[in-house]
Amino acid sequence: MLRRILALTIKEFIGILKNKKSRMVLILPPIAQIIVFGYAATFDLKDVPVAIYNEDQGQISRDVIARFRGSRVFKIIGTMESDGQIAPVINLKKALIVLHFHRDFSRDILRGGSGNLQVILDGRNSNTALLALNYVHTIIADFNKAWAAENGRGRPPARLVVRSWFNRMLDSHWFIIPGIVALLTIVVTLEVTALSVAKEREAGTFDQLLVTPMTPFEILVGKSLPGLIIGLIEGSFIIFVTCFWFDIPLRGSLLVLYSGLFTFLLSAIGIGLMISSISLTQQQGLMGAFMFLVPAVVLSGFATPIANMPKLVQDFTLLNPMRYILVIVRSVFLQGAGFELLWTQYVPMAIIGIVTLAIAGFLFKRRLY
Amino acid sequence: MTSLRNESSLSMMRLKGLIRKEVKQIIRDPSSIGIAFFLPVILLIIFGYGVSLDAEHVPLGLVVEHPGPEANGFMAGFQDSEYFEPILYHSVQEAEKALIERKIMGIVWTRSDFARTLLSSSEAPIGVIVNGVDANQARIVEGYITGVWMKWLVSYARSHGLALKVPIRVKHRIWFNSAVRSRNFLVPGLIAVIMTLIGGMLTSMVVAREWERGTMEALLVTPVRVKEIILGKVIPYFFLGMGGMVLSVFIAIVVFHVPFRGSYLALGFASSLFMLTAIALGLIISTAAGSQFVAGQIAIVITFLPAFMLSGFVFDINSMPYPIQIITHIVAARYFVSILQSLFLAGNIWPIYIVNCLWLAGMALVFFRIIRKKSHKRLV
Repeated sequence: MLRRILALTIKEFIGILKNKKSRMVLILPPIAQIIVFGYAATFDLKDVPVAIYNEDQGQISRDVIARFRGSRVFKIIGTMESDGQIAPVINLKKALIVLHFHRDFSRDILRGGSGNLQVILDGRNSNTALLALNYVHTIIADFNKAWAAENGRGRPPARLVVRSWFNRMLDSHWFIIPGIVALLTIVVTLEVTALSVAKEREAGTFDQLLVTPMTPFEILVGKSLPGLIIGLIEGSFIIFVTCFWFDIPLRGSLLVLYSGLFTFLLSAIGIGLMISSISLTQQQGLMGAFMFLVPAVVLSGFATPIANMPKLVQDFTLLNPMRYILVIVRSVFLQGAGFELLWTQYVPMAIIGIVTLAIAGFLFKRRLY
Repeated sequence: MTSLRNESSLSMMRLKGLIRKEVKQIIRDPSSIGIAFFLPVILLIIFGYGVSLDAEHVPLGLVVEHPGPEANGFMAGFQDSEYFEPILYHSVQEAEKALIERKIMGIVWTRSDFARTLLSSSEAPIGVIVNGVDANQARIVEGYITGVWMKWLVSYARSHGLALKVPIRVKHRIWFNSAVRSRNFLVPGLIAVIMTLIGGMLTSMVVAREWERGTMEALLVTPVRVKEIILGKVIPYFFLGMGGMVLSVFIAIVVFHVPFRGSYLALGFASSLFMLTAIALGLIISTAAGSQFVAGQIAIVITFLPAFMLSGFVFDINSMPYPIQIITHIVAARYFVSILQSLFLAGNIWPIYIVNCLWLAGMALVFFRIIRKKSHKRLV
């Protein structure tokens, strides 16, 4: 039995690796993608273009502008002289923010009142707008505090002391890059498995395989092993890059991480083989892979949180193995979590894996036409 | 002479024949029609509902060490806020445990001496802990907490007769999307991502399939020109893809109520350009790969992920490092996302529209040049 499985596995590997183009597709894109996406995927803003419309003649507005100039988040791209210039600058995306200091800005503050700073933002990407506005608030709050202290204004009776756990600087790379581990691993695994049965079906060699002494279980194992091995190798490589190239702290244990990766691969392979054994042609296999992959990525919590989804969609994501592995990878990396915190994430993935593999094995035999 | 001229020119008859054949094939294998019409509708509906960056009802742990009117007054702000779903804990340790177990996103905590320090001259500290694993959400939640605190400060100062005037007051206006609904920009972006996928999926396998099944060899012995083969593939899939596009825009406007402020004509033109680049990319994959297996693998890798990560649909391109910004220029979805977000939310901003359309047109031209170069009427 072992010999038969081994023979099939070797044959599968040859099938995947003998074609030079196929080899390249498995090796090059993950390397390029972890680097490119690792840098690209960030919610942290930098060099946000700001235009200044300053009608104020006083010193205070100039001090405030200096604070913006000193910030790495903002880049002042120019000043304007009239109201009419605001719309074109925003519309054409020359600036994301216009800071408008009113005529009496400094005078109002010096008189003991409040100066009004109008902030106009381009809301076409409302997340960016909201984050930029938060940064503006931070700069102004710092200024207010310093100014109030220097000029003997009353302090607020209470202040917030904010600490963020697990990611002190709130660097969003720390959130996204461990997620890429899961993302690229599932892509590679699907590439290897989703077309593997469909390809043989189309060529007619699968029927031949079925008349050999191999049992469906042996075929299943033989078809799964290449995906598992390739997935583990590529996953390890991406984890390596995450730790040593991007310097994301790995605070938990490798054992917890790899148990997660293994269970995740099992479910991904199960789904890939299930798709493959349902499809009659490779085109259908490809379509099936996309039909699964795209929702699995978009609705996994990779970029947008599951908690923000409507209840119905949240329930739907319970079927998505990526949802669980993302929690495991991020918790192990940033939080140093162990099995006792994460076991609820392993169980559903294992169930998905076992069920889909069973269906795939069942379909091998039944789908003979 | 006439026959020589015919050598290089297109024959309408041959082209029609090829298109008719392709259309029949599309109709017979319903998976193409499924890809073009069902898939965009289903994906857009699921994603439109599922993808949101607006945090609402964030589970927030509240710890009041010594209940009293002051602390309760402050905490009431969180109970009233639609952004939070407060959960009360008796001790910070208990709340911290819940934070580690991912049951709550943050903790707000007033110490036992809150009321006393509030009345004394020093500032009373209010502890805030956010779970930084999801840094983006953590920032947004921090912003909401700050908002509640500032609102409380104003009402506290008023009720205690304190002259609390902040030196600078920020008044903001967010144009084009004043309600800050993330769906308004995510749904147009999703259309671009989904259509990249559809275009690539529709065509990435069609040429590879002909080579693999040997039907390409049959075509080779006919007088058909390479140009005609290419056009015969592009034209039917173009119309198929545009059908899916029309459905997607319809859903964005009718189901998701994303405002559309631009011109439909401009949208149609830009969509056509984009659809051409998406189909051309699929054909390049198909021609270069040679086998359906490899074509399928390449399509998974180079259509969806770049459109998702590098198009500016969720991740802001301006915030990426400069070399990565350059790479985004070869992702067609980037231009289409920019066009769609402007047309939907801001209206006809012609300079943005024209620049992005020019890029798309340029990419389509380059892609078709590559296909023309890579396609040949001979056996490999």
